[in-house]
Amino acid sequence: MIRYIRRAAACCLLLLVALLANAARVQVFQADSLDKNPANRRLTIARYHEPRGNILVGGRSVTGSKDTDQQLRYERTYRSGPLYAPVTGYASQTYGTTLIENAEDGILSGTDSMLAPFPLWNELTRAQQPGGNVATTIKASTQEAAYNGLGRRRGAVAAIEPSTGKILALVSSPSYDPGVLSGTGPSVTDAWSRLNASASQPMLNRAIRQTYPPGSTFKIVTAAAALDSGAVTDMNADTDTPDPYTLPDTTTVLPNEASGCENASLEYAIEVSCNTVMANLGVKVGLSGMDEAVGKFGFNDSGLKIPSGVARSNFDTDMSKDQLALSSIGQFNTSATPLQMAMVSAAVANGGELMYPHLIDETRAKGGRVVRRNDPKSYRRAMDASTAVQLQQMMVDVVTQGTGSNAAIPGATVGGKTGTAQNGVNNAGTPYAWFISWAKADCASQPAVAVAVVVEDASAHRADITGGGFAAPIARAVMRAALEH
Amino acid sequence: MTATTADAPPPELRLPKRRGVELVLLVGAVLISVYGYIDVGLAKNDAVPADTLNYGAGLGLLALLAHLAVRFRAPYADPLLLPIAILLNGIGLVLIYRLDLETPGDSAAPTQLIWSTLAVALFICCVLFLRDHRILQQYTYLSVAAALVLMITPIFFPAVNGAKIWIRVGGFSIQPGEFAKILLAVFFASYLSANRNALSYTGRRIWRLQLPTMRVLAPVLAIWLISVGVLVLERDLGTSLLFFGLFVIMLYVATGRLSWIAIGMVMAAFGAFVVGSLEPHIRGRVENWLHPFASIDAGQGANQLAQSLFSFAAGGVLGTGLGLGHSILIGFAVKSDFILATAGEELGLAGLAAVFLLYALVVARGYRAGLALRDSFGRLLAIGLSSILAIQVFVIAGGVMGLIPLTGMAMPFLAQGGSSLVTNWVIVALLIRISDSARRPDPGFAETGIIAPIVEDES
Repeated sequence: MIRYIRRAAACCLLLLVALLANAARVQVFQADSLDKNPANRRLTIARYHEPRGNILVGGRSVTGSKDTDQQLRYERTYRSGPLYAPVTGYASQTYGTTLIENAEDGILSGTDSMLAPFPLWNELTRAQQPGGNVATTIKASTQEAAYNGLGRRRGAVAAIEPSTGKILALVSSPSYDPGVLSGTGPSVTDAWSRLNASASQPMLNRAIRQTYPPGSTFKIVTAAAALDSGAVTDMNADTDTPDPYTLPDTTTVLPNEASGCENASLEYAIEVSCNTVMANLGVKVGLSGMDEAVGKFGFNDSGLKIPSGVARSNFDTDMSKDQLALSSIGQFNTSATPLQMAMVSAAVANGGELMYPHLIDETRAKGGRVVRRNDPKSYRRAMDASTAVQLQQMMVDVVTQGTGSNAAIPGATVGGKTGTAQNGVNNAGTPYAWFISWAKADCASQPAVAVAVVVEDASAHRADITGGGFAAPIARAVMRAALEH
Repeated sequence: MTATTADAPPPELRLPKRRGVELVLLVGAVLISVYGYIDVGLAKNDAVPADTLNYGAGLGLLALLAHLAVRFRAPYADPLLLPIAILLNGIGLVLIYRLDLETPGDSAAPTQLIWSTLAVALFICCVLFLRDHRILQQYTYLSVAAALVLMITPIFFPAVNGAKIWIRVGGFSIQPGEFAKILLAVFFASYLSANRNALSYTGRRIWRLQLPTMRVLAPVLAIWLISVGVLVLERDLGTSLLFFGLFVIMLYVATGRLSWIAIGMVMAAFGAFVVGSLEPHIRGRVENWLHPFASIDAGQGANQLAQSLFSFAAGGVLGTGLGLGHSILIGFAVKSDFILATAGEELGLAGLAAVFLLYALVVARGYRAGLALRDSFGRLLAIGLSSILAIQVFVIAGGVMGLIPLTGMAMPFLAQGGSSLVTNWVIVALLIRISDSARRPDPGFAETGIIAPIVEDES
């Protein structure tokens, strides 16, 4: 019996060894992969255990953190949430992050290894640093002007500093308060479903994530292509264009809203917005020529990041001549984000050199040490310098003598282009009112701002909704704010 | 008996009782528990818990009373058993208190303290009134009958979380199956010690297997069937595993026949296979053990076992420290079946190994007492009781750490649950009683100074 008891005891010892070995397996050898399992909430809990870093506009924080004493301890708060929502995005315990909150999450949450004084050492210790701050390129007064200008109407504004690519304003209306998504619980989930169910789509970032038919504002791109390719050599010379213009290989007739467009010069065609001349020029430049030209402005680029992804603005690469004609005046399948059209305006204002648009100036560790700085860089040369000079002149003419008179600012040179984009099948929908422009203070050496404004308003009368009437005043307010120091 | 000379009394032989050691260890156990309690308070609220003194005094008083009972009635008992039981119970209270802080609406620690008091009271009663473990031998058939009744009763009560192991009486819910463990161990011990030879040497031989006679085999088969019945009707995989393990170990120790083990294993495997294929509840457990992260891949989030594994992993080698882990994420049953995850996360591999070793010490001491005894009933009972503890720890610890399929079972002394606490305290009381007999000097050998001769039997 003694022998059997000893053997049974050995069995028990075996069980103990198995338990200890298994404990070591789970707690030591598999620990890393278990810690990183997406379903393991501990990383999330650790992430919210410290106050989140802040997003700065003009040196002031537009965000904050609130200690809730919940499991996910610190919740994001927003000062003027709706105003900056298209810039900051939300940082929700329940729904994750978007826009800057998402793109710079590493800095804001303190997980970015560059925040540590000795990054390599930090990789080993995996110590959590306090969250760093993100300084944006947004100018508060410009942002506010755009937001107030749009008011309760649906639409978007994007403003860029042409010489650097800094985004000065990014507004989408109607907006929402990202703060209502911070944290967990029924109030958050209710807000989420309410915002998502809303017909006005308050969470849609219209400035960078929504594309609209650009309408007549696209004629600037077509004009640049025509001048660059040599289809037009003199902007004051007559073009050979009938009025009305029959689309190539069809019987469809393209009318004009403006008068005096028959054989009009490029300058006049831009000034009063002749459809016939610009459609004809698009066809003359040809499909491959147009495609190359629009690509230099940023169309058809799905990789544009500011650092959040920008929706791809479209210009078809495979179409018939009549479709090319319509595309060249910003219709058919041509579509653009408001930011894209601001880039078009900025390229003209900056002498043809298009700077890469960006929203983040620099990121800093909590102590103020700069972690990364965004220096201006070129996106592409959108057009020849001489073309840019001619287009600047034409855009100034639009404001001084043409459809964009509402955008004029005393003491500054303003160039612009109106647009009224048709919408829906047979234009059944409400057209969009567009205005793109740039402004240079008389005392300054280069333009301070380029703007694109789009207003989509179902409550307005169709006749009223022209870019000049609706969108130009908003653009003027935005430019005014940007010109002030 | 050797003849003694009448004129000179034999020299007083001082045998080590080790009660002082026990007392010192008890003080240590209480202090460690109180330290843990304070630690939780400091980590969670930056303040020493208001009722620290009450907690410490309560645990200390329980320890002291138990110690006095042992000192008076079982002076030769093993000095390790009681302090380890107190320490594990104290750690359990600390862990439950720590988890209570995460669930403000539901505090289990006060209830557990009441149960602990009840359990220690029962322990004291056992030590005081059970003068000799051999008395239990007289109740062989009574104990098996009682065990069966206790096991069958819950079938008539509603199931809780898929297992029919509860009886609800008023506001109390008890698991009668817990108490049945001890009764079965008593039955097995006395039945096997009475029928050892019959089990070993009678019956026909088939090829090289010596089969026992039917008369001897029948009770064994009956018990096996009952276990399977419990498994099917109550869906209590853990208890069924425990019975198999207990029975096989005791049978082996009693007869030394590996053929029994083989038969037991085959029967167990067959039973498990049949039940597993019929019972989705059991099959789900096995599936879950094989693929703990399947629910995550299916996009349903982490299930309990996965959460438990996360918890252990988060602890790493040294643990997060008491009060700083997130084992509450396990959710349901975190204070009962999954209590070990909290220990694993907050005390780390180091603390977990310490807890395992504490259990191992109790088991080893039980076995040691069994070795030192001279009656085969006591031996088998000691082995049985120690094995119950060992198997319980293995089944639940292996379950929550993904070593074996998860079965619902309480971690002895640590887990929330009165029935389990009381049962395990009674086990410790019986082991104290047995170890007292084992280490007590035999009056017949008192003069020669031989404390306890060990009779090597024929095997």
